[in-house]
Amino acid sequence: MTVLPATGGDRPAALEMVDVSVVRGGRTVWSEGTFSVAAGAVVGVIGPNGAGKTTLFQLALGLLPVAGGRVDVLGAPPRRGNRRIGYVPQNYTAALGHAIRCRDLVTLGLTGSRFGLRPTSAAERARVDEALRRVGAYDYAESRMSELSGGQQQRVAIAQAIVDDAELLLLDEPLANLDLRNQQEIVQLLGELHRERDVTIMVVAHDLNPLLPVLSEAIYLLDGHPHHDPITDVVQEELLTHLYGTPVGVVRTAQGDLFTRAAWRDPAPGSQR
Amino acid sequence: MSALAGVQFQSNWLEILGSPFMQHALIGGSLVAVAAGLLGYFVITRQNAFAAHALAHIGFPGATGAILVGAPVTLGLAVFCVGGGLLIGLFGRKVADREMATGTILALATALGVLFASLASANASTTTSVLFGNLLAISDDQLLVYGAFTAAVVGTLAVLARPLVFASVDPAVAEARGVPVRALGLAFVVLLALTITMAVQVVGTLLLFALVVTPAATALRITARPGRVALISVALALAAVWGGLVLSAMVDLPPSFFIVSLAVLAWVVVLAVVGRRRNRPAEPLLDTHHPH
Repeated sequence: MTVLPATGGDRPAALEMVDVSVVRGGRTVWSEGTFSVAAGAVVGVIGPNGAGKTTLFQLALGLLPVAGGRVDVLGAPPRRGNRRIGYVPQNYTAALGHAIRCRDLVTLGLTGSRFGLRPTSAAERARVDEALRRVGAYDYAESRMSELSGGQQQRVAIAQAIVDDAELLLLDEPLANLDLRNQQEIVQLLGELHRERDVTIMVVAHDLNPLLPVLSEAIYLLDGHPHHDPITDVVQEELLTHLYGTPVGVVRTAQGDLFTRAAWRDPAPGSQR
Repeated sequence: MSALAGVQFQSNWLEILGSPFMQHALIGGSLVAVAAGLLGYFVITRQNAFAAHALAHIGFPGATGAILVGAPVTLGLAVFCVGGGLLIGLFGRKVADREMATGTILALATALGVLFASLASANASTTTSVLFGNLLAISDDQLLVYGAFTAAVVGTLAVLARPLVFASVDPAVAEARGVPVRALGLAFVVLLALTITMAVQVVGTLLLFALVVTPAATALRITARPGRVALISVALALAAVWGGLVLSAMVDLPPSFFIVSLAVLAWVVVLAVVGRRRNRPAEPLLDTHHPH
């Protein structure tokens, strides 16, 4: 195991857990979670379906009580409504319909928890514009969410997550249901946001490949416990095969690019019987 | 033909509009239109249309039960609508769970309504006025209650508007951002129940959809901006109520029929004009994104 780079400087860890266990519906989802994600890291959260990846986010967001151990988010205990966290839930865009414009949805990320009738201020509108421009969604800001493609909707969701200047971005399966081009563009956008804003990014993903260019490390949920390692230690055939319970191969190209693949072969591909 | 012979233009319709019962109907109908128009956007975005429909039916045993025990019909309606709304609201947030619970409560309520109507030996016209509304029989007392209900709806919405929009269109993120999603859901269902209590007496349990959902559905075809949807659907609901009363004064037919017909007519017209544009696949036109 290599030592993780201290990208955070003297800032508190973005997410720190000490012997944390989490219980949902009477069942222990996972336990013995001890790790520290430094501020400024880009972390993939991987593991098979039902391993508790989304649960990890809900813990950080204060939506789920900590059953045991200690959790610190950006140097403080988790609490619901933490404005320093930007969140893009799973299947997010599919749930949004024809009844909201992109711009209004992003604005809600800034002012949506405010009671009373005060109208959106010019300064707030400017921040919404800035977020929409940053993700490349400004051109279709006046469109309804339902009128957009999956990639466009995902950009708007990210704009909503960054509009309040989040220091920690939690994205749950942001690449699901996107085609290759849109996957790459979203990953590129995440990389840019990371560089420009020094934001910590955690991404739940079932496929590591499209994210490998930006990931510095990964949390993998294996045998009921979260583990945290640099990405190069995680992308190993033996570990991934164990993790997913199916043969996984790892390929390193001459250019140094890393990718995983299913490690089985059709005995006679394309052959005529 | 003989049945239709009674339907004819009443040349004294302006006089009829000026009569006290019509004045009551205009004021009462307008109060309902404002509340219903404001809530419509949320009924649609919260996928509560079925719950709204069901609440009206849940009010039915409230109304007949009130007749049975000699209480005001509005009180019976309000108690059953608010109670039924809270019950539905407390059931799972998943739409599928809610639909099953709502349908079951709805069936039970309708059965109770029939039972109470039978026990109270309510005559057919009383039952008919609950099912189809009786806007022309609104009393002074009812107007006061309507005024209070509409004021409560408008006042509460003014405070809750933004978080309620957030919780309605985007509940997962709203919850993470600290919006009290569940409490807002219960508050909303109480406002809806108060509105339905009024609306049942305007268009009846069977036609309520046309006042609570249709104007907002029409407005949503025109714009997706919540504030504008609210304004347009209030305007449409007011126009339907006023137009319906004028037409009813002109030809002496039930206002419910005209109110619902006008609301549906607006929906059809907007659907025909705007619908085509909206249904066109937007992808090729909008995918003009350039990589940075």
